[in-house]
Amino acid sequence: MITIQNIKKGFSDKSVIDDVSAEFDTGKCNLIIGASGSGKTVLMKCLVGLLIPDEGEISYDGQNFSQMNTDEKKEMRRKIGMLFQGSALFDSMTVEQNILFPLDMFSNKTKAQKQKRVDEVLDRVNLSQAHKKYPAELSGGMKKRVGIARAIVLNPQYLFCDEPNSGLDPQTSLVIDKLIREITTEYNITTIINTHDMNSVMEIGDRILYMYQGKKEWEGTNKEIIFSKNERLNNFIFASEFLKDAKDMRMLEIKGKIDNERNMDDLLK
Amino acid sequence: MNIFTRFGEFILMIKGMFTKPEQGRMYWKELMHQCAELGIGSLGIVSIISLFIGAVSTVQTSYQFVSPIISRTVIAQIVRDSVILEFAPTITCIVLAGVVGSKISSELGNMRITEQIDALEIMGINTKAYLILPKILAALFTIPLLVIIAMTLGIWGGRLVGDITGILPHEIYDRGLQTDFMPYNVTFALTKAYTFAFIITAIPAYFGYNVKGGALEIGRASTTAVVVSCVMILLADYLLAAILL
Repeated sequence: MITIQNIKKGFSDKSVIDDVSAEFDTGKCNLIIGASGSGKTVLMKCLVGLLIPDEGEISYDGQNFSQMNTDEKKEMRRKIGMLFQGSALFDSMTVEQNILFPLDMFSNKTKAQKQKRVDEVLDRVNLSQAHKKYPAELSGGMKKRVGIARAIVLNPQYLFCDEPNSGLDPQTSLVIDKLIREITTEYNITTIINTHDMNSVMEIGDRILYMYQGKKEWEGTNKEIIFSKNERLNNFIFASEFLKDAKDMRMLEIKGKIDNERNMDDLLK
Repeated sequence: MNIFTRFGEFILMIKGMFTKPEQGRMYWKELMHQCAELGIGSLGIVSIISLFIGAVSTVQTSYQFVSPIISRTVIAQIVRDSVILEFAPTITCIVLAGVVGSKISSELGNMRITEQIDALEIMGINTKAYLILPKILAALFTIPLLVIIAMTLGIWGGRLVGDITGILPHEIYDRGLQTDFMPYNVTFALTKAYTFAFIITAIPAYFGYNVKGGALEIGRASTTAVVVSCVMILLADYLLAAILL
């Protein structure tokens, strides 16, 4: 479990993260959602230690990350895997070399064991034929899958995904979401995902944190989000007319069912 | 950002490079890779420049020495000393500042904006040590060798042109080369080579590593890196000459 308490972060005079506290559960997909510029990426960079928060504490399973020294942080980072928005694959290396890199750097396995592990993770992300390809030869979805394979190759305890669906078509997005969900459950890791893709929210959002102008505006699950009364959240998730119509139809359908069974007010908390 | 802030950042970057490597073998591999990239990769251009510099020096020196009372061997002496003291280390390194400097700056800048450096940091790798230190060490190792090659080819280029054009037969040229040779000049040239090698890798690495923005900023960083490196080479060239000669 990752816990953040009263995180604040600003650049020059501008506050980007303002007093955010939350808990991210193990074995679940924890989503941070919000419009562009709401502070999602800065919060994630604070979580992984790429930025140092001005105030507040970050704990990884009870270990205070904020108070760790450089060596302890380096040690902790080896338990972290991250999928970047642009995949961040090393251009000059093949897919296989990209995935081998963390193994070469941090494990004392034999060459054969490393190769076996690379084959395993590439199989896991359904890319068993891409060993010798360079990142430039891959599609966006394939790059993301290689990014996931590289992130999980050292069996991390924590997985961070920064907008895993950006630039992908809806079908490929679903594949990536499904993969992240499966890996989270399979490895029982704490997964935190930055996204503004509502399909992902509904598909894999076990726990959702909605950010608005650097503040935590709402927290809940994908089952609760659609019924939220938070106006800003509703404006965000129902930004498209299509979704608004879908919501109205769904609300009518749900209302009909609920009226027969229990009080609507219990659900609309 | 003023010059003092930048200088402070530069010093911190250099300080940040010196940590225990996560995996020595990987650092060695990267060092060898950089030696091949910076050293062997620059061999062609260094050879061409040196040959022509030596050739042109012979022709021009010969053109200026028309007095019958001055021995023709002086031409070879002048070519030798000019090539060793100035042309081989300084001109070669100014050219390398463009070739190697822009490469380092744009490579690191691209890695920065495509989050590859962040990806390495997340893995727990000291990116300054892994990405910058091997480049500087590789330059310190290969650039003095390139300068020695440039000296040799420069002097040989002069000899070749002297022979081909008939300006200076190689017997006279060879005699001139052996007259009043000062081995200290080579030591001085190598001192310059080591200094310039540091300048043409560390400065572009600083500008590339700290790029913020996009493709436009990478281009700007490369240009700034090359300009600053060239100015620093000329400044260091003067200071070393003033101090050591």
